[in-house]
Amino acid sequence: MGRFLLTRVIQSIVTILVISMVVFLMARASGDPVVLLASDKATAQDIALLKQQLGLDQPVPIQYWVFITNAVRGNLGKSLADRGDVAQLIGERLPNSAAIGIPALFLSTVLGMAMGVAAAVKRDTWIDKSMRVVAVLGQSMPAFWVSIMAIFVFSVLLRILPTSGMGSPDHYILPIAVLTFFALPMRMRLMRSSLLEILNTEYVKQARAKGLSETAVVWRHAVRNALSPQLTSFGLTLAFAITGAVLVETVFSWPGLGLLAYQAMLARDYPLIQGTVLLVAVLTIGANLLVDVLYAYVDPRITY
Amino acid sequence: MVYPVATHYPVSGARFAAQSGLKYRLARAWTVSRKIPILPTAIIGLFVLFALFAPQLSPYDPTQIALPQKLKPPIFVEGGSLAHLLGTDNLGRDVLSRLIWGSRVSLSVTGAVVVVSSLVGLLIGLASGYIGGRTDSVLMRVADGSIAFPAVLIALLFAVSLGPGVTTVILALSVLSWANYARIVLGQRLHLRQLEFIVGARVIGCSPARVMAMHLFPNLLDIWVVMITLQVGLIVLSEAALGFLGAGVPPPTPSWGSLVSDGRNLIDTAWWISFFPGLAIGLLVLSVNYLGDWLRDRMDPRLRHR
Repeated sequence: MGRFLLTRVIQSIVTILVISMVVFLMARASGDPVVLLASDKATAQDIALLKQQLGLDQPVPIQYWVFITNAVRGNLGKSLADRGDVAQLIGERLPNSAAIGIPALFLSTVLGMAMGVAAAVKRDTWIDKSMRVVAVLGQSMPAFWVSIMAIFVFSVLLRILPTSGMGSPDHYILPIAVLTFFALPMRMRLMRSSLLEILNTEYVKQARAKGLSETAVVWRHAVRNALSPQLTSFGLTLAFAITGAVLVETVFSWPGLGLLAYQAMLARDYPLIQGTVLLVAVLTIGANLLVDVLYAYVDPRITY
Repeated sequence: MVYPVATHYPVSGARFAAQSGLKYRLARAWTVSRKIPILPTAIIGLFVLFALFAPQLSPYDPTQIALPQKLKPPIFVEGGSLAHLLGTDNLGRDVLSRLIWGSRVSLSVTGAVVVVSSLVGLLIGLASGYIGGRTDSVLMRVADGSIAFPAVLIALLFAVSLGPGVTTVILALSVLSWANYARIVLGQRLHLRQLEFIVGARVIGCSPARVMAMHLFPNLLDIWVVMITLQVGLIVLSEAALGFLGAGVPPPTPSWGSLVSDGRNLIDTAWWISFFPGLAIGLLVLSVNYLGDWLRDRMDPRLRHR
């Protein structure tokens, strides 16, 4: 177990380093940052001075080393657009994203699993079919369009919820609802398929044969064993929720990380989007590492 | 002595099974084609027609501004007219024409991404298994990593550093998609490699390239095709998301995503500008996903109910 943990931690660090290299090299591809920073009237001498100040006269590997050691210390550079500190900007936005992201992840997990259990137990009935319709719609409709249509129905037609922005508790309802709707299908489909598989196993037959009630069979014996695939897929759901968050936050003008990334893209603010991508990389890779470790505890059959 | 004739073929084309060759293949293709879901196929077909014949089908020039005609509602809403079936936007441009032209961008980008990523994924999946060892495990970790990373963020990063454009979009979406093919090819290949006909082919001295092309690939074809249909929906959605965020194909070329974005701030007065392009995206993805599920069930019954 200790050895497994160590290799997984090293693998995760290597993955983060690889992503940071890609991000760093992409920054070179975006053109000379000096040209973006220097004013029109700058002379050749000014530009040379600026290059020296920014460390851009150094060889690329050394520049990368400076970049990565700064990043580890929490120094992600300055935003090109408003010269603000990137780490600070991200720090201000992160709690706002968490405020809609965490409730949405929680709701989609609980609802998705409940719907998956219902669909598997009532297989091929109208319950199963309607659950599948919800899942298929969630997987096929574009998140940004559903957000806009939700604003149209609830804010423009019914006038019961605010259109966008942040403030009263009412502002939270639509973004959380839309995000939940998109994270839900993956949970539901997975729960349904793993439960169907388990309901066919010998030990479930045994539990039924000894006369347990169907409730006990499903909840005490089957559902518990269908939980570990849910854990494994958490990393994927998180990635999915972050993609959804960029779109949902943009539509609802929700001042989170997603909106920050969108604004950075519009302003072609490379340091800002670079910092956001790095942070998200650390988050998703960390979540996947945590899931792998938890998995070993949850499922005693797994040995590494 | 009468030998028992095998009459219990589980496949539907049983009575043709004895005759191999063209006749059997045609008969089988006919049996399969009769069961193709009609509605999803028709919807996909309609959008493909839109994309192919946009100049002939669209009633107006999609970029032509006509301010006197601005914000006309669609025909079935009060005040709508036959002149603009799906209404006009705030610059008087015909929504239907823009939608038809938008299908061209969305479908061609999707097509390019599917071709690039499925081939790259297939080649990497096949090759990495042959090289084996450390290269294999590194490549598969890279694939795992890129599947677990939020798609839109990478695409935004590409858009910022390379500048928006068709090539950027295709590149970014291919980077996101290839790993899915590589992983499934690798999984299948690990299983196929132990089978006798593959071992046999290697024993009689076939080169690795020949084994891959003549023996492995035909057996991977089914799952590869299924993977393509399952990925198309995701690519259409991602392309639309990029268009919506303004990181896709730059204006004035309309794409479905950017059309939804056009109507975003007019949602309280002219809902139809955003509604129809988004509906088109949803319908297309829904149809493609349905067809993908259907194809998967047909080709591999073991995967049913997943």
